[in-house]
Amino acid sequence: MAAPIRSSLNGTAITLIVIGVVLTLLFIAAPVIVIFDQAFAKGFAIYRDNILHKETLHAIWLTLLTALVVLPINTLFGLAAAWTITKFEFPGKRLLLTAIDIPFSISPIVAGVSYLLLYGALGLVGPWLIEHDLRIMFSVPAIFLVTMFVTSPFVARELITLMQAQGREREEVAATLGASGWQMFYRVTLPNIKWALLYGVILCNARVMGEFGAVSVVSGNLRGQTLTLPLQVQLLYHDYNATGAFAAASVLTLLAIVTMVLKSILERRTEHRRRS
Amino acid sequence: MSSLSQKLAAALIGALALTGIAAPVYAQSKPVEIMNVSYDIGRELFIKINEAFIPMWKQKTGQDVTISQSHAGTGAQARSILEGLPADVVTFNQVIDVQVLADRGKLIPADWQKRLPNASSPYYSLPAFLVRKGNPKNVKDWDDLARDDVKSVFPNPKTSGNARYTYLAAYAYGLDKFKGDHGKTQDFVKKFLSNVPVFDTGGRASTTTFVDRNIGDVLITFEAEVNAAKKEYGDKGFEIVIPSQSLLAEFPVSVIDKNVDRKGTRAVAEAYLNFLYTEEAQEIIASFANRVQNPKVLEKHKAEYPSLKLVTVEDVFGGWEKANKEHFADGGILDKVFVKR
Repeated sequence: MAAPIRSSLNGTAITLIVIGVVLTLLFIAAPVIVIFDQAFAKGFAIYRDNILHKETLHAIWLTLLTALVVLPINTLFGLAAAWTITKFEFPGKRLLLTAIDIPFSISPIVAGVSYLLLYGALGLVGPWLIEHDLRIMFSVPAIFLVTMFVTSPFVARELITLMQAQGREREEVAATLGASGWQMFYRVTLPNIKWALLYGVILCNARVMGEFGAVSVVSGNLRGQTLTLPLQVQLLYHDYNATGAFAAASVLTLLAIVTMVLKSILERRTEHRRRS
Repeated sequence: MSSLSQKLAAALIGALALTGIAAPVYAQSKPVEIMNVSYDIGRELFIKINEAFIPMWKQKTGQDVTISQSHAGTGAQARSILEGLPADVVTFNQVIDVQVLADRGKLIPADWQKRLPNASSPYYSLPAFLVRKGNPKNVKDWDDLARDDVKSVFPNPKTSGNARYTYLAAYAYGLDKFKGDHGKTQDFVKKFLSNVPVFDTGGRASTTTFVDRNIGDVLITFEAEVNAAKKEYGDKGFEIVIPSQSLLAEFPVSVIDKNVDRKGTRAVAEAYLNFLYTEEAQEIIASFANRVQNPKVLEKHKAEYPSLKLVTVEDVFGGWEKANKEHFADGGILDKVFVKR
């Protein structure tokens, strides 16, 4: 399919390719190289010590834990939302579709502040929570909550587009053949959307691990307790520990690279499927 | 797989414990945890203070104590505490940011400053200058900072307590120089502020701007931070300049009554703050180039404390409340001289 382009490789195309490559090197590759260069600036032993530092390890653990908690919930939410929106007609459907997109359009810092205004001691629910000794803000649950909010649309958006294109004829056939709702989902819908679903989960994961703004508002910045990796990077940098900061950043970058590799494998797979 | 699920379970239990009930301390042998919410550039200092306090408390009471630390701009920290950050003690660099906990949150009594010596301020500092190697712009005093060829770096007085001291110190210097003429003083401060290329939000960010990004000829920040930056970046040959006059910056501390009484941590929280006044702690505090009151420690570090004329917010501006109203409130003097660019 891409074959005709290759034959018309003229001056314009070459210029565009060169610009593309140079910009990618300058704006994407160079910063990533700098991260690793700085992380290893004082040698491998120091790098290892930085990574194995108690507080950085805790930040890595907290980041992974946040992903483990948030991803399943947002996956279920995305599936339920996409299923409802694409397979059923009901009043208020457009409204629901818009509502799902809200976290996309709101700045994360605003999301964080609004959670604070709701669950903080001066907020609506906060005083009741404090009376009952329930601590949500400035602790780990707050980090889960705001991350969940910020990353909630990823799976849903990915699925809705695909499922809208697929229509609902197959489900209708299944229903006429007497399949139950669960059978319909498991045997008919899921096989059709599994790659898009995984793709959505991966995108969601990338965002979960990198989220800074919303988390920084509700974390309370407790060293070794409520700092996720992005916050730990900032903390170390301000501690005059640039090497440590870049070491932590390198872990975050590696996690991102793993995510992106998975993403491109999936992309190739879906492309392949579409072509065949 | 099983170890992963074990870890997960442990983490879930941990998360639940965080939200759960902090049991009151029945026996002194039960481990206790206190939270110290502090100013941005106090991180290194309080790591050392905690290292000294923990064994001291263990020896005295047999109780294990862990101290969690949170550091950021004190305005933001006060806000977080009002919103429910369960701080046991605050160690701030601004009286007004502690005062707000009494005024708005009723978390501490209004007369909190009377509870500990020196108006609850175990140490003090002052805005001082850090210049580049060899002091190429020959900066000696505040009036050099109003020269056309000198660029200074300090944080935004709107967000940073540190910078509010710098602003008031320059203003006090102006009042002195122009014999109390507020008009001339404000012209001077206006020139001084217009020489600042970047206003960061906090003290540490300004230090990074000056040392890492190589912006500006002078960094103005607490004497303690000036010393830390000089030491940390020894190879760059920064030099410290102490002006002829500066403003005494208090570092007020307080127990957060409402939180310690709920958590049952009052005894250890109060001991922690009292510890800051002991010779051992004052020595640590002094080693970070803060100025202390303890006569013995003072004598030992005499050489590191160049003498200068120190004025106070009380004397020059009639106290923080008045200074806040006249200078920092919306439409105040700071807004008049703080030209937007």
